[in-house]
Amino acid sequence: MGSVTATVASPTDGHVTPWFRTFGAIVAAGFRRHATYRQAAVAGVVTNTVFGFLRCYIFLAATDAAGTVAGYDRAQLATFVWAGQGLLAVIAIWGWTELADRIRSGEVAADLLRPVHPVTNYLAVDVGRAGFAALARLVPPLVVGPFFFAVYLPRHWATVPLFLLSALLAVVVCFGCRYLVNATAYWLQDVRGPMILWTLGSGVLAGLYFPLGFLPGWLEATLRYATPFPSLLQVPLDVLVEREPMSTGLGLVGVQLGWAVLLLALCRLVQRRAERRLVVQGG
Amino acid sequence: MNVIEMDGLRKEFTVRVRTGTLRREKRTVTAVDGVDLRVERGEMLGYIGPNGAGKSTTLKMLTGVLMPSAGRARVCGLRPVADRTRLALRIGVVFGQRSQLWWDLPLRDSFDLLRHVYRVPAGAHAARLARCRDLLDLDAFLDTPVRQLSLGQRMRGELTAALLHGPEVLFLDEPTIGLDVVSKQAVRGFLAELGRAGDTTLVLTTHDLADIERLCRRLVVVDHGRVVHDGSIAELHRRYGSRRMVVAELDTALPEPPVLPGAPVQRVEADGRRLVFALDRASVAEVVAGLAGLATLRDISIVEPDIEEVVARLYQSERKGPLLTPGV
Amino acid sequence: MAEVGGGALRAYRALLGAQARSQAAYRTSFVVDLVGNLGATVFDVVTVLVIFGVTRELGGFTLRETLVVVGLSSCGFAAADLLVGNVERLPRYVRTGLFDAVLVRPLAALPQLLLMDLPLRKVSRAVFGLAVLGFALASAGIDWTPGRVALAVVAPPAAVVFFASVFVTTATVSFYWVDSGELANSVTYGGRDFTSYPVTIYGGWFRALFAYGMGFAFVSYHPALALLGRADPLGLPAWVGWASPGVALVAAAVAVVAWRVGVRHYRSTGS
Repeated sequence: MGSVTATVASPTDGHVTPWFRTFGAIVAAGFRRHATYRQAAVAGVVTNTVFGFLRCYIFLAATDAAGTVAGYDRAQLATFVWAGQGLLAVIAIWGWTELADRIRSGEVAADLLRPVHPVTNYLAVDVGRAGFAALARLVPPLVVGPFFFAVYLPRHWATVPLFLLSALLAVVVCFGCRYLVNATAYWLQDVRGPMILWTLGSGVLAGLYFPLGFLPGWLEATLRYATPFPSLLQVPLDVLVEREPMSTGLGLVGVQLGWAVLLLALCRLVQRRAERRLVVQGG
Repeated sequence: MNVIEMDGLRKEFTVRVRTGTLRREKRTVTAVDGVDLRVERGEMLGYIGPNGAGKSTTLKMLTGVLMPSAGRARVCGLRPVADRTRLALRIGVVFGQRSQLWWDLPLRDSFDLLRHVYRVPAGAHAARLARCRDLLDLDAFLDTPVRQLSLGQRMRGELTAALLHGPEVLFLDEPTIGLDVVSKQAVRGFLAELGRAGDTTLVLTTHDLADIERLCRRLVVVDHGRVVHDGSIAELHRRYGSRRMVVAELDTALPEPPVLPGAPVQRVEADGRRLVFALDRASVAEVVAGLAGLATLRDISIVEPDIEEVVARLYQSERKGPLLTPGV
Repeated sequence: MAEVGGGALRAYRALLGAQARSQAAYRTSFVVDLVGNLGATVFDVVTVLVIFGVTRELGGFTLRETLVVVGLSSCGFAAADLLVGNVERLPRYVRTGLFDAVLVRPLAALPQLLLMDLPLRKVSRAVFGLAVLGFALASAGIDWTPGRVALAVVAPPAAVVFFASVFVTTATVSFYWVDSGELANSVTYGGRDFTSYPVTIYGGWFRALFAYGMGFAFVSYHPALALLGRADPLGLPAWVGWASPGVALVAAAVAVVAWRVGVRHYRSTGS
């Protein structure tokens, strides 16, 4: 967590402890706010479960006579799918338009009046939301999946903490992408174009529709380093099913960290540009 | 002839109340609690009550949106839910906070569409539209998309939309809510004109008692789903003892508020130079005479009873218990 | 009655025209949406192609055979989504009062709602789905008989009716459970994914539930078998392939009843 939050801390801010306290308070508020949507969480779990079954059967059908495909065995595929259905809700790829809506309605001006930087504020709320989703949306498919499919359990003790770190980084990366997509509302009348591109691109390139290992090796590698998408789902899931040796896994999480830092820096840059524009043109 | 008949009309909702982290309790809320009402052709009926009194629910039952839990409702002799589409051709409905117009189209297009939806002959449609354009000053924004209209302009459009098929009954749910003063007056003026013509029955719910004073001779006050008053505004004042007030402006303040028989002092304002008396039994002349001996009168004015105040008192007495006639 | 019917048709046509004019007001967004919706369906097909990149067969079916299944499914789903998919916005219609507004008009509620919000941008999807089906039928090496030609003509509209019925039926859940959120998606979009593959790849009660309990096997799998002239590995007789119009009609009847019951429930609860 330290490495994540440190990247958003204002470099001029000498008071790290109060900063953490503020961040923590906003995280807690985000958690509580999303904990009120319990019925929607139940409906979401049911949907994730149905798609868990679908994807699991589809991918398993692609395995060869030895029961492997693209470096996954059947149990690894099952874990990949079921954990992926939960992680999908934790990182919340789709449906976040709050910032764009606030920009369009002008309410965003109120965000600028707060003592906390807007990027930090929205990130903290999102981390809180992800915390609730981890309990309400990630745990159920991890429990349901093993009842119906043979799943893979990590062998190395370090895999679970590394997966949790990787999942947290995935939340930050996903938040950064969504923030940038939403922030186009500062310049565009209608953000549906960027929104659609993001929805389409993230679904396919993150590893949701199929594990990216199904693609040719060079393409998977290019996507991994040149785009943030695999950092959303593919990397944490590969870490969880130990598709690569631990050292490679660490390297992949390092790439995720790089994307997280880069995206948050970009968010702040975009936000500064947007604020200057707001000040100059009066919104 | 009765255009609207309600007999023991009742509507209950079941709501789930969270009583613990996981426990929920079902509770029955009675929104409309046995309403009997008759409305004759050409009447203008004002329906008022505090939030949650069951006004909108009643309107929804009369327009066929909601089914009564018990009791009987007839509008134009039809059963609102069972004969919904036939009834729809004979009534007009305006839900104040909800638009019936096409958001992205100019008003003119919405009106034209409604002609098809209600299958109105072109001639009749044109005549009614011309009249509304004239009375509601629509021409300035007839070609503007609805989403760009101000609330007042939109409401004038909604009224027109509800009238283009020549309904026998017009239901208005909060037609002036959120409007500025000028728009309110335009809407009230139009509705008053409609009422004068006498062939449209008008039922309106409102929070704004000025709507009622301007438009309706008959006033129905509901609270907790029950009718607590049905009659004219004058009857309401009589029944609840609302009093006229005399405001006396004095040259210099009196050391103590004067005691005048039959006219207790209600308020002392402007450092004692303005006194407000309630006319219980005394007449205006008696108050003036009584004051003349005590101070120099600069001005005197009479304030008519405030319906807002009467209704507030009505709700209060409702909450406290059985209705007595207060203030007498 | 006939006069009333004709008048209603004219009214519905007017509503459709208004919807087209409304959307024309946002031309750029419309084009963006058109392309975006196309992309969504393209990716569905790409997913199938990618999976066939790592395997030669899926549940005993080759790529060319599977594409017939995919074509029927995506063509049926996309057209149904275009025509009635927006019924999934029912909770919003209820919340914004649009539902009450259509109830006080002299037309049936469901056609009004659908026509007032018809997402014409989804046309691109439906066209693409049809193209995939055309390509699949042309390249699957089908031994065309008059019966198969008839089936190729009837099966896609049957799939449309079936998916449309699924959209309506699942949307009525929100009459009872307003916060049901994405629950309906598990059956609508889930059904689309389910019907994109031969049902032989699924197993156990999950297959029984989706394929035969809800009837999704009759949308694309069984018609595809009949077109390809293949026996069902699961052992159902060949004539089942021709059952899709019948199943679609049953589904439509279920949808009509579910909608009526749902509206009656709304009327008595006014959620």
